[in-house]
Amino acid sequence: MKKLALFTAILVICGLTFATVIAREKPEKAPYKIGAVIDVTGGASGLGEPEKQTLEMLAEELNAKGGINGHKIEMIIYDNESDPTKAVTKAKKLVNEDKVIAVIGATQSGTTFPIIPIVVGAKIPLVSVAASWKIVTDPDTKQTRPWVFKTAQSDSLAVSKIYDYLNKNKISKVALITVSNGFGDSGRGELLRLAPEFKINIVADERFGEQDADMTAQLTKIKGTDAQAVICWCIQKGPAIVAKNFKDLGMTQKLIMSHGIANQKFLDLAGDAANGIILPAGRLIVAEQLPLTDPQRKILLDYKSKFEAKFSPAKVSTFGGHAYDAFMILTNALKKAGPEPEKLRAEIEKTKNFAGCGGIFNMGPDDHEGLTKDAFVMVEIKGGKWELLK
Amino acid sequence: MEWHSQLIQYLATGITTGAIYALVALGFTIIYNSTEIINFAQGEFVMLGGMIAAGLLAMAGMPMWAAIMLAIAFATIIGIIFEQLSIRPVKNPSVMNLIIITIGGSILIKGAAMIIWGKDDRPLRSFSSSQPLHIFGAAVTPQSLWVMTGTLLAVILLHFFYEYTITGKALRACAYNRKAAKLCGISVERMVLFSFGLSAALGAFAGILIAPITFTSYDVGTMLGLKGFCAAIFGGLGSNPGAVLGGLVIGTLESLSAGYVSSGYKDAVAFLIMLLVLYFRPAGIFGKRTEKV
Repeated sequence: MKKLALFTAILVICGLTFATVIAREKPEKAPYKIGAVIDVTGGASGLGEPEKQTLEMLAEELNAKGGINGHKIEMIIYDNESDPTKAVTKAKKLVNEDKVIAVIGATQSGTTFPIIPIVVGAKIPLVSVAASWKIVTDPDTKQTRPWVFKTAQSDSLAVSKIYDYLNKNKISKVALITVSNGFGDSGRGELLRLAPEFKINIVADERFGEQDADMTAQLTKIKGTDAQAVICWCIQKGPAIVAKNFKDLGMTQKLIMSHGIANQKFLDLAGDAANGIILPAGRLIVAEQLPLTDPQRKILLDYKSKFEAKFSPAKVSTFGGHAYDAFMILTNALKKAGPEPEKLRAEIEKTKNFAGCGGIFNMGPDDHEGLTKDAFVMVEIKGGKWELLK
Repeated sequence: MEWHSQLIQYLATGITTGAIYALVALGFTIIYNSTEIINFAQGEFVMLGGMIAAGLLAMAGMPMWAAIMLAIAFATIIGIIFEQLSIRPVKNPSVMNLIIITIGGSILIKGAAMIIWGKDDRPLRSFSSSQPLHIFGAAVTPQSLWVMTGTLLAVILLHFFYEYTITGKALRACAYNRKAAKLCGISVERMVLFSFGLSAALGAFAGILIAPITFTSYDVGTMLGLKGFCAAIFGGLGSNPGAVLGGLVIGTLESLSAGYVSSGYKDAVAFLIMLLVLYFRPAGIFGKRTEKV
């Protein structure tokens, strides 16, 4: 019996650690190898899984159409298990063994940072699907990193969009409640940094731990202030708990959350308590409600229907959208410039007016994100559904 | 908000989480009393209770009370199987070996739960309406009251069980002196099995009570288990009233420190208290000072 238990334990461990590798059969012309390091399992699996699915879907689609200039795409996707150390190992493997021409990833800022020096060291382009501005700009020198691009909207854009909304609604006193991890710290930093510019007065600045089960204490403190709106910056289950506690305490301020909650899982968890929450979000979740003239509408609906047809019952998500943009920007540049790294890099930098899932990308030598705050729209949750605020 | 309603709010929140810690701590003491081992898989039974109940409720047509009963029953069975497969067959059952086995068991249960239910957090609906009650300006959810009364009920039942039933008395006898209990004809093996079942049931009950407030997922057991362990140490391992008091004290202090100091230090409070108790009163607040001569 002990042996059986041991055997099961080993099986479990093996199951947890194996990486997903997708290799395709060789066409006549040598394939273009594109690598990806994605957080498919572990803490950020909710983000990484749709990214992996999207990359697989797009590569398949492109190859069915004959690939790029006769070259098929070989998409090599490794799972870093949401672990920065493993991300490094996998990135090294892509660069040294697989000899890829470009790397997509990683899913989170925390897993992207450690792979930057590896990919940059090999002098091939890296297109991250994570949000932090520090990915494309060296925080010490304030210089744009020449080889690194990203497709997820920066926190500062989301914060600007929120503050814009508050200015329009004549709200100036704001309380913050943020989670103590990479995502929360980065959001809190931007909220505090941009507040004076928009004449926003932060009257409370509360924090909570990633694993905290109850935020009543922090919200009680906020309730005692004269804040007109509460901004919560957190992902995963934290925001749902804040939403519930907020409602239970009978608080009447506007509750605003980050773009990190723009997924179905949040609606499922928070239930009724989600109603009335306002957030900045990419256009994907409200694609159907966009005006017909919106340049992103067509590609969003197209991506959505293809993704949901292929991976049903999975629903399309913002994060898969970031992977979509990364793949498209990379392959568009590849079509024009070919696989030579310096040319490919320069071509990505020339991306103009590309309507993707995350917004309209206009890159440049000093702008490797290419988005403005208009990448976001303000959305309110009503009756358990996302509703575009006009 | 007035200062006193703020204080009541913190206390209500603290007592709610404290009650859960108390139930987890009771699970620790029950097993400690009959085996002298610390069952580090205790937190996983809390997780199992919540996850099984959520899983059953997701299946259509199951009423709440039936899901709760079944979840507790399943968790109890898993507790018994756990004892049968991992504790009983050990050839060299030193306390240290057994404790390490429980850590292994906890990792196994957690891993299995992740594979079965996935990594997402799951909601469990409240037992009754979710409209909060206002008590002296503080908002208290009905689920918090369920947690408090549920814990109270469990503690009272447990007390009567230990004081007035033959099995309860046999369990106490094992706790006092196992060899003597054996000589009196009490089957210590059966008592150990029984205590694993009982503490699994208590843990699962705690997991179900708290899930509507905090959600549940495959990894909630670890932290709850550790907090429950701190509570058990605080009260003196092996003392039931001590475990309950320990849970309530730690829950309340956590909530107060999150409110008045900073929520960043909240988790540190429990462990700090545990360290202080271990330094200054190693036997715990209610612990027996003179142990075994």
